[in-house]
Amino acid sequence: MRSTLKFAVPLAVAALALGACGTKGGDTTTPAASGGAAACGNYKIGMFGALTGPNANLGIYIQNGVNLALDDYNKKHADCKVTLENYDSQGDPTQAPALAKKAIDDKKVVGIVGPAFSGESKAADPAFNEAGLVTITPSATNPKLADNGWKTFFRALGNDATQGPAAAKYIKDTLKSTKTFVIDDASEYGKGLADIVRQDLGSQVVGNDTIQQKQTDFSASVTKVTSSGADALFFGGYSPEAAPMIKQLRDAGWKGTFVVADGVKDQSFIDNAKEAAEGTIITCPCVPPDVAPAFQAAYKAKYNEDPNTYSGEGYDSATILLDGIAAGKDRASMVDFVKAYDKKGVTKQLKFDAKGESADIKVFAYKVENGKIVSVGEIK
Amino acid sequence: MQNLIDNFFSYTITGLTIGAVYALIALGYTLVYGVLRLINFAHSEVFMYGTFAALWVVMILGGHPGAGVGQVIFWVAMMFVAAMAMSGLIAVLLERVAYRPLRKRNAPPLIALISAIGASFVLAEIMGLRSRIVGWVGLDDTLRDYVRNSRNNAGLPTIIQPQPIFTIGGYHVTNVDIFVIVGAIVIMVILDQFVKRSRLGRGIRAVAMDPEAAALMGVNRDRVIQVTFLVGGVMAGAAAVFYMLKIGITRYDAGFILGVKAFTAAVLGGIGNLRGALLGGFVLGLAENYGSAVVGSQWKDVVAFVLLVLILLFRPTGLLGESLGKARA
Amino acid sequence: MSTTTSAPAGRKPSSRSFKERVDTMPRAVKIVLWVVFAVFLFLLPLLNIPFITTEGSDFGGVLFTVATYVLVALGLNIVVGYAGLLDLGYVGFYAVGAYTVGVLTSEHAHLSWVLVVPIAIVVAMVSGVILGAPTLRVRGDYLAIVTLGFGEIVRLTLVNSQWLGGAQGISDIPKPPGVELFKVPSLDWSAGVPVVDLSTTSTFLKFGINDFVPYYWLALGIIGLVLLFDILVKSSRVGRAWEATREDEDAAELMGVPTFRFKLLAFALGAAIGGLSGALFATKAGFISPDSFQLLLSILFLAAVVVGGAGNRWGVIVGAIVVGYFPERFRDFADFRVLVFGLALMLLAIFRPQGLLPPRRTVRAKRADDRQAVLEEGEASA
Repeated sequence: MRSTLKFAVPLAVAALALGACGTKGGDTTTPAASGGAAACGNYKIGMFGALTGPNANLGIYIQNGVNLALDDYNKKHADCKVTLENYDSQGDPTQAPALAKKAIDDKKVVGIVGPAFSGESKAADPAFNEAGLVTITPSATNPKLADNGWKTFFRALGNDATQGPAAAKYIKDTLKSTKTFVIDDASEYGKGLADIVRQDLGSQVVGNDTIQQKQTDFSASVTKVTSSGADALFFGGYSPEAAPMIKQLRDAGWKGTFVVADGVKDQSFIDNAKEAAEGTIITCPCVPPDVAPAFQAAYKAKYNEDPNTYSGEGYDSATILLDGIAAGKDRASMVDFVKAYDKKGVTKQLKFDAKGESADIKVFAYKVENGKIVSVGEIK
Repeated sequence: MQNLIDNFFSYTITGLTIGAVYALIALGYTLVYGVLRLINFAHSEVFMYGTFAALWVVMILGGHPGAGVGQVIFWVAMMFVAAMAMSGLIAVLLERVAYRPLRKRNAPPLIALISAIGASFVLAEIMGLRSRIVGWVGLDDTLRDYVRNSRNNAGLPTIIQPQPIFTIGGYHVTNVDIFVIVGAIVIMVILDQFVKRSRLGRGIRAVAMDPEAAALMGVNRDRVIQVTFLVGGVMAGAAAVFYMLKIGITRYDAGFILGVKAFTAAVLGGIGNLRGALLGGFVLGLAENYGSAVVGSQWKDVVAFVLLVLILLFRPTGLLGESLGKARA
Repeated sequence: MSTTTSAPAGRKPSSRSFKERVDTMPRAVKIVLWVVFAVFLFLLPLLNIPFITTEGSDFGGVLFTVATYVLVALGLNIVVGYAGLLDLGYVGFYAVGAYTVGVLTSEHAHLSWVLVVPIAIVVAMVSGVILGAPTLRVRGDYLAIVTLGFGEIVRLTLVNSQWLGGAQGISDIPKPPGVELFKVPSLDWSAGVPVVDLSTTSTFLKFGINDFVPYYWLALGIIGLVLLFDILVKSSRVGRAWEATREDEDAAELMGVPTFRFKLLAFALGAAIGGLSGALFATKAGFISPDSFQLLLSILFLAAVVVGGAGNRWGVIVGAIVVGYFPERFRDFADFRVLVFGLALMLLAIFRPQGLLPPRRTVRAKRADDRQAVLEEGEASA
């Protein structure tokens, strides 16, 4: 009997506690709505993406941009600062829904920068949509994301459907390629992009192959490319595969032009492919850093390096949300504010169409020259 | 299919090159399995550390493209020394930390596998987090080039410029291809002789055949096991050098897939059988390349695994049969 | 052979006396305790108990994940623990279950959830038989590598088959039909003492997008059923046949146990439960892609079983909780999560090789070993 008592006592205490402490609820938890713009809401914005793990690079570049925007804002509004809440998904769609719920439950969070990848967007955005929490993604480029009718979905850059045709156009018009080989990495991003390029190039595609992510030996693909006599190769995928691929192609003596998209636009591609990377063409719906010199200088001052892929987009996305907070918007009214937004940001004119896509999209071509990624102008 | 026929030699030679790497890694699995009846799950990490050692030594020596022959030979020799030392060291360490305590306690084999999986995670993560770890001891500035982007690829400069040596069926066989294939075979012949002739080699075979009897005959089992791990590690180090010369890029998680492939190669040839590992590696490399040519590169790994299942169904002991002890080498 | 540590011996008395105390309680008290415990489990996501509740991620969502791990571990325990078959590709069956639900409710048909889940179980079971029939005849170590290959083949097939959604995966998997019966309020501890928070509630069995608690309840219910099934099977003839096969296959065969058929049965049952967990995962996530079925997951599943103690159903539940919950609770480790996990596996293998809660048989066998060691004193081969 002694043991039964042991169990029973805490239970009784718990029951008493529940009864005695009363309840809380209903309408007492709406702080900012009544106070107007003057009252400080202690608002937060969320950063949703991979901040640790194998895909963390991209997330951190974005986070850097977001932090810069926050610094700017908090300098101006020292009496009512906005803080950043990180939702580190590691890029894993499986973890995304629970993190989204966490963000939604935190009523101080009025907007999200992210989710950074397309996969996690698909897993998390339905929840954000249902909760009416605005998301502005600075990097998820799958075109279909905008077709889901999510009211809270906004994209601060062009999607693959705009980048693909631009890449095809560049291959056809600028490179004057007549025989093009197309490889994709079977990922959502890479395959989507490569399929658009295949379609646009039509009969000048002399061969296709699909590789796997994390593959390192590309000898079969190299044989296919060299034997096809292609003068240009488009690869839809990311830099971890692009670097060994071009290296092995050059080792096998292939002389054509390597064309890739924004997934390869980071310094690690050049660090690893080294001299084989020279002459690679990279398309990207991201603006070269020299378009916004002030941003470039501020970024460099804080992080000791040039803005990287999507840092500018991260800055812009955060700025939109912060402008909303400055205008006294809360979570509910933020959606309409972002929808009506129309201002010049560091990357482009920030304005969204009915589906949440950026209205002003430019695709730029970059080239690897002497170990640096330099802009060779907009693809028009 | 037409593509395969047209470029048959190209697929064959490149398949043999990667097959040579599989074979050398497979030796590590086969040796340890032969002696301990244990899948050394962490052997892939032993290989991965070798690739980094090979890379770092070239960085330290300032390796660059377009150097003279003497210089290149020196760099490659140093790559072998560094990678073999590193991989051998890690393998021995692994045995000491992850396996020996278990052996002393007579733990069930499943537990050894769990310990190996744990060790594999630890080794890979230490490499993946090397920038942070170096940061704690305040060396991040000095070692910046070695730890930069530690979750990302690390690339070796092309120190041997591939030059076509001769042409066969339209494929230009390069100096690197020849070096890798011939080098791997030479190393394997040396190992074969070592196991066959040397005193330690006989010890390895004795323990593989009958551990109890070997102990009774005065063979120091712990020492033999340690040597087995060391030899397996050194072979993985050699594989790492060939891999870096051919592929040129490594990463903290590069070992995993290669490890699985190499294990497949070991089983394919008959696990516990040294020559089987060589054959299994080459067969696997070829099968993957031919398969990629016919059905597309995305099915490469599927081809490898389907081949494995078929072999196990129709010839469960592998192509050359098992047993390190019985293999009269 | 003689170096058994004294650590377990030190623990034994207390744990046995706890068990004895529970055993000697009156039946009615036991039932009440079980009910209280079950209610506690059901309310757990709403109690928001400090320290236990995950800070970085939604607790309901985390508990659901833990529940799927528990389910998976129970299934894998039949294969690894009871039948002694090393399966490194269990994620394959998990994926088969999830994709069956995805394909039949969203991608190519729009069948009802209630209908699809049994189909998913059957499909996973059939895939288990197809994989097991040829491979269970080969040796145990080979089985490990064949199953490892199977897991990868499943994932790669998913990535490369457009019919199965390719890398994009399958979205818009419908929610199961629910009945909205009543609302359950949650507790708020922000003031230091628990306060009933009426504004944050979960509706009993309303499967929405933004509340994972009902999915957790569903998973708990299923775990209960699977546990019941597990207990019945284990104590039947089948369970004894598995034990005999695992201990000594040849002897079992000689005694007239058709070992192959029983191994295949274990494989199929394990696959079925794996498929069921996958189906549950797909239902809650609403979106599945090959990324969710990485090989690493197989290894985590196996770790859950071995960490807990293969062969002991309560042990593997504990193991699943450890593997599923701790990485989420200690999100602060962030980058070091996998490293710490690897270290933990190694330490566990060295210091507690039978798992946290070893099965009763191992305890028995160990005692027998010890007794024998005492008898054979003088033999010092190790």
